[in-house]
Amino acid sequence: MSDLTLLGAAETAALVARGDVSAHEVTARHLDRIEQTDEAIHAFLHVDRGLALAQADEVDRARAEGAVLGPLAGVPLALKDVFTMQGAPTTCGSKILEGWHPPYDATVVERLKAGGVVVLGKTNMDEFAMGSSTENSAYGVTRNPWNLNRIPGGSSGGSSAAVAARQAPLAIGTDTGGSIRQPAAVTGIVGVKPTYGGVSRYGLVAFSSSLDQGGPFARSVLDAALLHEVIAGHDRRDATSIEAPVPRVVAAARGELGGVSGMKVGVVSQLQGEGYQSGVQARFDETVELLTGLGAEVIEVSCPSFEYALPAYYLIAPSECSSNLARFDGMRYGLRAGDDGEHGVEQVMSMTRAQGFGPEVKRRIMLGTYALSAGYYDAYYGQAQKVRTLIRRDFDAAYKKVDVLISPTTPTVAFLIGERADDPIAMYKADLATLPSSLYGGPAMSLPAGLGDDDLPVGVQLMAAVQRDEQVYRVGAVLEAALQERWGGALLDRIPELAMGGVA
Amino acid sequence: MTADTTEPLMSFEDAIATFDPVMGLEVHVELNTLTKMFCGCPTEFGAPPNTQVCPVCLGLPGALPVVNEKAVESAIRIGLALGCSIADWSRFARKNYFYPDMPKDFQTSQYDEPIAFNGALEILVETDDGPRPVTVGIERAHMEEDTGKILHVGGATGRIHGADYSLIDYNRAGVPLIEIVTKPIEVEPALAPSVARAYVTELRELIVALGVSDAHMHQGSMRVDANLSLKPRGRTEFGTRTETKNVNSIRSVERAVRFEIQRQAAVLQSGGTIIQETRHFHENDGSTTSGRVKEEAEDYRYFPEPDLTPVAPDAEWIEALRSTLPEPPLQRRARLREEWGISEHDMQSLINAGALELVEQTVALGADSADARKWWTGEISRISNERGLDVAELPITPSDVNRIIVLTSEGSLNDKLARQVIEGVLAGEGGPDEVVLARGLAIVSDDGALLEAVDAALAAQPDIAAKIRDGKVQAAGAIVGAVMKATAGKADAGRVRELILERVGAPPS
Repeated sequence: MSDLTLLGAAETAALVARGDVSAHEVTARHLDRIEQTDEAIHAFLHVDRGLALAQADEVDRARAEGAVLGPLAGVPLALKDVFTMQGAPTTCGSKILEGWHPPYDATVVERLKAGGVVVLGKTNMDEFAMGSSTENSAYGVTRNPWNLNRIPGGSSGGSSAAVAARQAPLAIGTDTGGSIRQPAAVTGIVGVKPTYGGVSRYGLVAFSSSLDQGGPFARSVLDAALLHEVIAGHDRRDATSIEAPVPRVVAAARGELGGVSGMKVGVVSQLQGEGYQSGVQARFDETVELLTGLGAEVIEVSCPSFEYALPAYYLIAPSECSSNLARFDGMRYGLRAGDDGEHGVEQVMSMTRAQGFGPEVKRRIMLGTYALSAGYYDAYYGQAQKVRTLIRRDFDAAYKKVDVLISPTTPTVAFLIGERADDPIAMYKADLATLPSSLYGGPAMSLPAGLGDDDLPVGVQLMAAVQRDEQVYRVGAVLEAALQERWGGALLDRIPELAMGGVA
Repeated sequence: MTADTTEPLMSFEDAIATFDPVMGLEVHVELNTLTKMFCGCPTEFGAPPNTQVCPVCLGLPGALPVVNEKAVESAIRIGLALGCSIADWSRFARKNYFYPDMPKDFQTSQYDEPIAFNGALEILVETDDGPRPVTVGIERAHMEEDTGKILHVGGATGRIHGADYSLIDYNRAGVPLIEIVTKPIEVEPALAPSVARAYVTELRELIVALGVSDAHMHQGSMRVDANLSLKPRGRTEFGTRTETKNVNSIRSVERAVRFEIQRQAAVLQSGGTIIQETRHFHENDGSTTSGRVKEEAEDYRYFPEPDLTPVAPDAEWIEALRSTLPEPPLQRRARLREEWGISEHDMQSLINAGALELVEQTVALGADSADARKWWTGEISRISNERGLDVAELPITPSDVNRIIVLTSEGSLNDKLARQVIEGVLAGEGGPDEVVLARGLAIVSDDGALLEAVDAALAAQPDIAAKIRDGKVQAAGAIVGAVMKATAGKADAGRVRELILERVGAPPS
């Protein structure tokens, strides 16, 4: 058997289903790959070989008994350490949760297990999903497999790096302001933020409740769609979960809903040009040209309120996080500091939080606490909600004219580790193009568009109306095929061999 | 917890001669839904600590709330019964503050968009000139979740400061609460304490009639916070208010308001200022003492709960719920007063004794209303007072009382024996019939046995027998007493008297 870590998820599942390879074998090879490469990359915070192989054996046993396997049964996956899973710790990249073993499975995890997807381990992330580089993790930075001096994006950087480095064909991330799309873009893979409410948040440790959304990472549009369908769908334990059929993303990725000919694609004026690297802009322009060549009607769309997305986001998300993260007080689980009989309960709470949270988390808690304070609420949180409404209106107006919107995913390729660590505003700008659809709630995909500056991956972002997730897959699949034809293979084929052991 | 009672008080009469009290009452009612506000955990009272919990009500990372529809239904019914408008769109909000009894360090409540608002409750207040109707405006009724319970161990105050350690029971965390807030209540100053009492009494009756809560004040399923401020006579702007918590009985509400009027009046009169603060009520001496004074006003940083979607009850549902409302207590009382032929004063005693429901249920079983009232407000109330319980909490049912009334009217029991039967039922010896049998309490109705006792008594007191024979029939009382004593009270006094008169051959009266 050729190297199983080179295969995509759909291919792997087909081999397992046919009995050409066992889930055990597939899982073992990926665990080996992690062992060989993760010292350099540090994508994982927790890998449990025994637990992963036991899940794989369960799939092999079910197959032997003649059970009908799910479309991703036996395929290994890397899970962002922000979802609860029994039998493994959940840290959210924070010291404050060190050693916490959740007593319940997130809905996403339940659905993965039910589908026979094998969870290899939990991936690194910016602490409580706050960041764009994984540099905010309390457990060390993750490195970009394309260039180990570069960031893998964030906050789901462990998940994107794992998929790009072939440690897993699939990963789960979460996206609050771009935390799936930006890491996907800078590591040259596919990442999708589903419509808000499309994937249950039950068991996803909240950063910003009205924005958080779990979603797939994969090396192809079809693989992402397959994973999307496994984890999506209504969940009565999440009141914000959408009670409607899951959009037909797999059919769309297979081209069954049609190509792009005759589709209207809107280029957002506000999400290009100034501030975007030349290599990024060039790959974007080529992609748009390619779409025109494929028969899509491309028009320019103006969304004036997008300009205010960043300030609005940095009021809403911190406000919600200041409340969501209050529970980490050392009383019930995780870290407890100052419990020496000398300190009262308020001191213990305060010492625990001072010691347990990193600087970015503290910064956002303070921002949010301030924004929600009496006398400031209207000027900050209230005003930000109004901007959110305006952004929604811009999207609503745009989707009356076009089927999908397109933009670069990020203004730049992966930056150097440490480059923006002391400049929060520069760091926040990595999400300029992804924030609007987070505030709106619609689906958005990042798709590899080629290499830009420093021969690093560039992503394009496809956005669609709420509950029209299939649209981004439909366009994404056509673009992916056309781009790969132009390149003569997948973009990831051009990833330099990792400077670690001789794995090919 | 010893109350600091050294604070000077002005006499109530002087206080109300100088100041006008303004009250605001906040009543928390724990709903009797089977499950909690935002998860499926049971709400049953008294389970071992931390056995009725799950990731949601423990606020574990990643867990999410889902609204209990039954609780929304109860909230709407309470709102409708209070004459409130029901919001066609209302939201939950987070009230943020750190305290270990709140697993999430915020309480999911409602803020500026409550489910019910702008209503009124009609009450009757007892005054020296008889009952007087008063309308108490209702500002709002909103939904929220209860906190856990903390037991502070060690230390002198029983509070968190100074305790050696604290135990937390999260069984109560997430139990649905409805908070009912009045508009500022301004009444004739002398009436303020009794208005507070009458309002809580009336509200409690309404809640019980709705069947949405047990509304047991001593178990905490109904809790009252009393806000009070004073303004010098003639002023229009409100003074600084205090909020008295821990008011755990209807009588305490009245006492707490009265105490705060006297205390605040003394402070203001001596040129002092009232501090906006939380005060604790002390059951033992009726005083209130200052809680910890915050250096700055608490800022709860309310914002809409992003984990929940708005509650938007449609008009059809609201109307369907309106049709399930019970008869308003005031109307019901007027009807029962008429049916039973009693005064408002009698009715108030029934209510104050917490016995209205029980009497009504006893009457429904066939008992005469006078008999039912006599037993529930007499012997049974006396025992409940002795034990410091509500009448409804004693282990005796309307059906037991009805049976006792039947036995009495049949002549199988007299009042004295009936009291013993009640005692037996309360002691857990079984129903009335079982107690009668086990304790041998039935009236001796066998004339043979009675005659023996009559003869013995007559023989023992020949002079009295002679008097009776001479026509002084009233002298028979002494012989009746002797017979009752001899039969340990188990004789029917009327029959004994008849037998005595027969025996001595007295002229028929």
